[in-house]
Amino acid sequence: MERRTLFQGWKLPVALVLPQLLLTFVFFLWPAGQAVWYSMTQQDPFGLGSVFVGLSNFRELFADPLYVHTILRTLVFCFAVSALAMTVALALALVANRELRGRAIYRTLLIWPYAVAPAMAAILWLFMLDPEIGLLGHPLVKAGLPWDYHVSGLDAQFLVVLASSWKQISYNFIFFLAGLQSIPQSVIEAARMDGARGWRRLRTIILPLLSPTMFFLLVVNLVYAAFDTFGTIWALTEGGPGKATETLVIKVYRDGMINQDIGGSSAQSVVLMLGVIAITAVQFRFMGRRTKT
Amino acid sequence: MKRRTLLAGSAALAATATPLVASIPAEAAGPTKIVLWHAMTALLADSLNTLCTRFNAAQTAYVVTPVYKGGYPDVMTATIAAFRAGQAPHIAQIFEVGTGSMLAAGKAIKEVWQLSKETGVKLDPKNYIPSVRGYYGLADGRMAGMPFNSSTAVMWYSKDAFEKAGLDPEKPPATWPEVVAAARAIKEKNAADIPMITSWPSWIQFEQYSALHNIPFASEADGFDGLGAKLEVNSKAHVKHVQRLLDMSKEGTFKYAGRDNIPDPLLVGGKAGIAFNSSGMRGDLTKSAKFKWGEAYLPYDPAIIKTPLNSIIGGAALWSMTAPHRTEAEYKGVAEFFAFLAQPQNDAFWHQKTGYVPVTLAGFAESQKDGFYKANPGADLPVKQLERGHVTKYSRGLRLGRLPEIRNIIEEELEKALQGQQNAQTAMDNAVERSNKVLRAFQRAVKA
Amino acid sequence: MKNRPDYVAHACLLLGVVLFALPVWLVFAGSTQDSNAIERGEISLMPHLGGLGIYPDVLLHGSMGSAPVWHMLMVSFGMAMAIAVGKIVISVLSAYAVVFFRFPFRRTAFWVIFITLMLPPEVRIIPTYAVMSQMHLINTFPGMTVPLIASATATLLFRQVFAAVPDELVEAARMDGAGPLRFLWDILLPVSAANIAALFVILFVYGWNQYLWPLLVATTPGLDTIVIGIVKMIGVETQTQWNAVMATAVLALLPPVVVVVAMQRWFIAGLTEGDK
Repeated sequence: MERRTLFQGWKLPVALVLPQLLLTFVFFLWPAGQAVWYSMTQQDPFGLGSVFVGLSNFRELFADPLYVHTILRTLVFCFAVSALAMTVALALALVANRELRGRAIYRTLLIWPYAVAPAMAAILWLFMLDPEIGLLGHPLVKAGLPWDYHVSGLDAQFLVVLASSWKQISYNFIFFLAGLQSIPQSVIEAARMDGARGWRRLRTIILPLLSPTMFFLLVVNLVYAAFDTFGTIWALTEGGPGKATETLVIKVYRDGMINQDIGGSSAQSVVLMLGVIAITAVQFRFMGRRTKT
Repeated sequence: MKRRTLLAGSAALAATATPLVASIPAEAAGPTKIVLWHAMTALLADSLNTLCTRFNAAQTAYVVTPVYKGGYPDVMTATIAAFRAGQAPHIAQIFEVGTGSMLAAGKAIKEVWQLSKETGVKLDPKNYIPSVRGYYGLADGRMAGMPFNSSTAVMWYSKDAFEKAGLDPEKPPATWPEVVAAARAIKEKNAADIPMITSWPSWIQFEQYSALHNIPFASEADGFDGLGAKLEVNSKAHVKHVQRLLDMSKEGTFKYAGRDNIPDPLLVGGKAGIAFNSSGMRGDLTKSAKFKWGEAYLPYDPAIIKTPLNSIIGGAALWSMTAPHRTEAEYKGVAEFFAFLAQPQNDAFWHQKTGYVPVTLAGFAESQKDGFYKANPGADLPVKQLERGHVTKYSRGLRLGRLPEIRNIIEEELEKALQGQQNAQTAMDNAVERSNKVLRAFQRAVKA
Repeated sequence: MKNRPDYVAHACLLLGVVLFALPVWLVFAGSTQDSNAIERGEISLMPHLGGLGIYPDVLLHGSMGSAPVWHMLMVSFGMAMAIAVGKIVISVLSAYAVVFFRFPFRRTAFWVIFITLMLPPEVRIIPTYAVMSQMHLINTFPGMTVPLIASATATLLFRQVFAAVPDELVEAARMDGAGPLRFLWDILLPVSAANIAALFVILFVYGWNQYLWPLLVATTPGLDTIVIGIVKMIGVETQTQWNAVMATAVLALLPPVVVVVAMQRWFIAGLTEGDK
């Protein structure tokens, strides 16, 4: 990482990093510091009074079985979204990597959902699957199928996983395709000569070669599912029915912005921060290793 | 026309946003600017804008600028954030469930009685419909929030479905046993896709239900008497009602179709035989329903009460907010605007245009006088339901902190029960236990 | 290799294409249909060409009290551009300083930037709003964009790209007597053009899709973005004009999709190579 050739002087580089640092201080560190402070207080919504309560917000949080359930639910949700989005993307990439007419067109038609806002993805799927006005949902219900994500937690979980993964497939597809294209054709040919076919070839040759891409994508997908799906879930179910689709971010938002429990939700934010720090550390080590080799 | 007011409004707002540091009284001549943050969209926003334009045209001292800030929770969040930043709007439209939090906001708000006293603008509680005023008032009758857009819950039903089911479309069921029987008849004759639905489950099936039957929703007179209130929705009467809903759900005569206003399309689409919903649905139904519909009083349980009390309201109130360096003239403008809204012709305009109930007695009288109810038979039913009987301490409304959260909890537990994960008693016990934690946290925070 | 078309592959890919396109087509088709029919559950996949008039209608006049859609599109575009360009400029500069110079507190500076990766926006909204209002940035265009410009991801990316630039190139530039800024402008930027383009696409999409922040910071209708506009059209307790919402949704989808598709070559190359 360290380079040998450098430019001299310190005034110019300091001037160059200054804008970035300034923004970081004003809009990230200062507010985040305040969040940490809030997490150790109990205060009324309007900020008129506040008492220092130490770590009691955290203690209360982890003593609440509902919070622990939400952590577990979030983990399941993240892995479900990652698994679905990655599997479909890998399948599409494997097929798209073959010698095909119109490959470029397919590629174009498969990457655009990347540009769709999470909340918009929710709106799109609402019109597809809403039991009352949805194109597919309405006939399903008419046909007597018990499909209703307003009532059934399972239906709701299915829907948010579907809508969240849908948007992420494109991103994964791009990386898988690039990964596949960087595998030398000769390797695949050699495997073919050895008589490795289909599934076995995939498992023994291609997947191991793709594993760095996969690991990278897994981290990205987990982070996406944990944070960026807020708009999707909020627009579809607001975390319900019951708490069936409540993720950690939904809970932070609900407790902080709607329930105005500043102390409690700040404590949750701090827990989330620690989570992100852990994920980032893992990712960074991994990226660092790859850049060195 | 409207576009121009909006543009003018943005200019006005940009102007108020900047010079707040300077505590020098605005020497620039011209009207005092009043900013109103609201959650009204579409037709409702248009009507509100009209009222503001009229106010601005009627006098020269003040200009009120309405600004849409998102849904009700967004307005509340933004108002709180702005207050903390010293930039609260002059007026904020806060939904009824936020009332408890607003009243605990101390110097962040200027209660209506206080505003009236300080500015000398007369805002007399006696002019307002008691059950409307009560919800936003103090226990002793003084007004705190200014009633504005208020609706109540009613029972909508499809006359077509009633006919098909062999029921009398002009005689809707009045009690719960009759409702259950009607729903069964609708199911048997397959007269509608869904016999019965409800929007706003907590508001209608718990809060309204408690008021109608004169049973406490929470202790301490539904919270009016103190912050120590505990939820009481696990009482026998409540559990009985939950059990009724569970039974109906099981036999297919009731379908839980989601929280808040999510089930609305079922009503408008004519899919439901009976639909509990806001009285404010009238406009929608008039505009796009393709079936004959009727409006009826909320049903009651004769085993609990012989004559039901008044229902309670929903909707929102206007709150006068404080900020550093806010001048007397600004507060005066707020008070004048409140007084303007209460004038009979303005209240009647708002009521007739939007489908909300009038908030003043004179506004109601005005609408009777000008023949609105003759042209729209039944449009006065919500007002009559709000006005019947006398308001008791359990039919005045709710005064609980973090009520939106409590609504969520009740609905979550009800949803779990409907999915068969717990019985009615457990569901309500859980709801009470979880809600009480929230109430205690609110109590601690306010005392902080 | 094979002369027979690979039917299975085509079928799989077509299925994928349809899976992606169907919801959008549905919204487009719905936008041309009768709002009341949609509310009654009678949406269909066949657009009614007669209903296309909704597009000029929402573009020029908006829907039920919203600002006209063309105006919201402009605001969104301005916001997406400001965020994309701002982030790129700031990140290029700071990454350049960190990689090609040694200065006091270099590592600290880097870590300070890096740590922003770990602060999800939900954490900071209320305190950040307070900061904004102290700086009188509420209700201003800079207020909507500047706080979103600081970016660790972009800085990290450029740091990696710059680190991969061979020392020989720097040597050669110095031989030619190029100063640090000349080197940045004449050599480094052209070399990383693909990465910049890729990042631009990502950030443009990011900026376009912002929702929560502009809703909180901008209170005048003149600063409504298109995503906020859609939400405003979905009424509370009132009739939603579904066809107008759907038409606006289509218009909101188009620009970022066009950017992604038009720039896909750089986007894909930059994205995947930046990772290597």
